[in-house]
Amino acid sequence: MKRYLKFVIPILLILVWQVLAVLVNNEFILPSVDSVVAVLIHPTVNILGSGSLLENGMTSLVRVVLGFAIGVLVAVPLGILMGHLEIANDLFDSIIQILRPIPPIAWIPLALAWFKIGLASILFIIFIGAFFPVLLNTIDGVRRVSRTWIETAYIFGTSELQLIYKVIIPAAAPTIWTGLRVGFGIAWMSVVAAEMLPGTSSGLGYLIMYSYNYGQVQVIIAGMIVIGFIGLSIDFILREIEKRKFQWQGLER
Amino acid sequence: MQLKIEHLRKQFTTKAGEIISSLSDINLVIEDKEFVCLLGPSGCGKTTLLRIIAGLDLATSGQVMLDDLDIIRPNPRMAMIFQEYSLYPWRNVRDNIAFGLEVKGMARAERYAVAERFLDLVGLREFEKSFPYELSGGMRQRVAVARALSVDPAVLLMDEPFGALDAQTRNMLQNELLDIWEKTKKMILFVTHSVDEAVFLADRIVVLTSRPGRICEIIPIDQPRPRDRTSVEFAKVRRHVLDLISPK
Repeated sequence: MKRYLKFVIPILLILVWQVLAVLVNNEFILPSVDSVVAVLIHPTVNILGSGSLLENGMTSLVRVVLGFAIGVLVAVPLGILMGHLEIANDLFDSIIQILRPIPPIAWIPLALAWFKIGLASILFIIFIGAFFPVLLNTIDGVRRVSRTWIETAYIFGTSELQLIYKVIIPAAAPTIWTGLRVGFGIAWMSVVAAEMLPGTSSGLGYLIMYSYNYGQVQVIIAGMIVIGFIGLSIDFILREIEKRKFQWQGLER
Repeated sequence: MQLKIEHLRKQFTTKAGEIISSLSDINLVIEDKEFVCLLGPSGCGKTTLLRIIAGLDLATSGQVMLDDLDIIRPNPRMAMIFQEYSLYPWRNVRDNIAFGLEVKGMARAERYAVAERFLDLVGLREFEKSFPYELSGGMRQRVAVARALSVDPAVLLMDEPFGALDAQTRNMLQNELLDIWEKTKKMILFVTHSVDEAVFLADRIVVLTSRPGRICEIIPIDQPRPRDRTSVEFAKVRRHVLDLISPK
């Protein structure tokens, strides 16, 4: 019984939605459930010349993976450095504290000014979104590596480099991984937001904004569902990997 | 091989700026293959002393000499075993034991062969693929001992290695450690706050006084091993040590 409890609210919501849609009786405000499902079950159909759900989904996915990868490649090494070396932390900490509270979307005008409309500015926004959570979790993870583990390594005469890749990185990996999950979530939100900018011509963000201009509310909702579903799937995959790879976490003794 | 501690002193400065003397004028010579226990009440600086000998902490003044070498950083001829939580939880038992050899650059097949030898020595061969969290406390300390031995050090530094174990496991591991010591003849410097443990294990017990820690007496024990914890001679030494460390 308890296992099915989590489905109650979504099903109720869909029912209420359908009832409301019938009452409102206006496709431009609230389309019916079936018209949204009709869009969802034909993911390869070209929607008003803006590409299909699948194509646009793939475009967004490729962008987010690219931008996220760049973010991780910068944030993880920097985070390890800052977590491990006090000098590096002293050097970078202030600028990071200043930039961190600025939401990725607030960077959009500057991104456009610097990189013009196109892939580069979208990647930049994703980069900003992914960078801070990954960096902060990496720093935190590295700082919390047990002193005994580090001293054990010193006892066996490890070099600084060996210490980093044989002890600090594996020890901090679960926390870094949490950073990757959070960072990916924000990167995914950022890509959709960036795609809603004027000038873009592909991606899920573009698709729902474009559909708005044509009053295709069922496509907007279908697009939103796909955005949520992709975000959820990736988080699920990252969490499964976490369970398998870091099962020692919380059991270390 | 000889370990020599000369006029060693250690002071800490607290956050309030107060200077606290933790070790004061420690002089000690430990000979090759000797089993020495450092005993004292908690806070007497015995762990600090061991850490300085290991090269993990620096003395405020004085020195630690391993033969002619001034110890200011960890030395490959000395391995340390911590009280607990020192195994790497993401490595299985075999890879934990092979860690020291791995960082020395020994090839995998070779270091696994060595690891297996020490797995046999501590009786954990069938657990080589297990992870530390799957082992009991006693088994984990056996792994830590095997890991320290795998690099063939001349000196074993042990910081209350059995302190977190139940009494029965503790006695078992003490016996196993003596066996290993007989077989390998390492110099062992063993920190403990258990009088019973020290009297059972040591050739000599170095008794430290509380803050600032200084050597109060060095007690040689020449009773043959295995020692009988219930014997009169054992009780006599035990009583003497207890008198030394109990507050007057």
